[in-house]
Amino acid sequence: MTAVIAAETSELSTVSTGLSTGQSAKSRPRIGVIVFPGSNCDRDAGNAFLETEHGDTVYLWHQESSLQGVDAVVVPGGFSYGDALRAGAIARFAPIMAEVARFADAGGLVAGVCNGFQILCEAGLLPGALIRNESLRFICRHVNLRVETTDSPFTTLYRQGEVLSIPVAHGEGCYTCDDATYARLIAENRVLFRYCEPDGSLTPEANPNGSRDNIAGIVGGPKRNILGMMPHPERAVSATLGSSDGARLLAGIHQALSAIS
Amino acid sequence: MPKVTVTVTLKPTLLDAQGRTVESALHGIGFDDADGVRIGKIIEMRIADGTPEAEIKSRVAAMCDRLLANPVTEDYKIEVSA
Repeated sequence: MTAVIAAETSELSTVSTGLSTGQSAKSRPRIGVIVFPGSNCDRDAGNAFLETEHGDTVYLWHQESSLQGVDAVVVPGGFSYGDALRAGAIARFAPIMAEVARFADAGGLVAGVCNGFQILCEAGLLPGALIRNESLRFICRHVNLRVETTDSPFTTLYRQGEVLSIPVAHGEGCYTCDDATYARLIAENRVLFRYCEPDGSLTPEANPNGSRDNIAGIVGGPKRNILGMMPHPERAVSATLGSSDGARLLAGIHQALSAIS
Repeated sequence: MPKVTVTVTLKPTLLDAQGRTVESALHGIGFDDADGVRIGKIIEMRIADGTPEAEIKSRVAAMCDRLLANPVTEDYKIEVSA
């Protein structure tokens, strides 16, 4: 009788752990998703980790000053502070960003998507900047991305040269940097994704926003641990969404974190 | 209170897509002589009375370096008037 009660108790505590952190907290990393006023992809990112079972989500309000011990950080898309002045310019000074910078400098995995990429550039955590699309149009559609290197925790589960279908949704996604920065990105193999044709070839037509050298995503940080990309992998995690090509990026983060712990 | 006007412009090496579009619109309505149209922004503010002009300029330059302009893509110019 005692044994049965003990078993029930233990089962109950498992359930309650599951409720508080998502599901089976043990094997899954805790992914911190930063929420700014004007973020609009925070829930997409959080749900993508939950539904692919690559992480439990912890939402971190921009005014907080602790990352609550999360294993990785996502800086999501949206229009933080209404894009006042420049996209990402104000958000980089939010209290939580000092913690994100500390975490990133120590080698923690940080992924900035869309507005998150803009914020990480403004914060100086990634080089370069994102300016108005060359067409001046807001672009919201699937694009083809060529995986340029698998040498990053975010791209280990892709094949080099593979073409992915991932949506973009931005008005200021034209990646720009000076020649010295560009030379370093190339020399250090830090371009992760380029906009391409369906067959993988790089053309001006495949470049939706005028980004230098068709660059869609880069990696930086002391351990190639900071990702910045304009396309939204979190919006491409199941066939229902039109593509599941983004799921392996989340899986890569999960795998990298499992290797650490 | 002295008035400060900060003019922020895209670096000349960068394509100004807005400027190019506006230039072609100007040509379209008969202003064929418009050339090299570039678009920037102006930020105005007032600084407390009694601050020496040199100090105003260095304070505002610090504001530009930290927030008002992006050093990767933009240049700025500071003007102080009474």
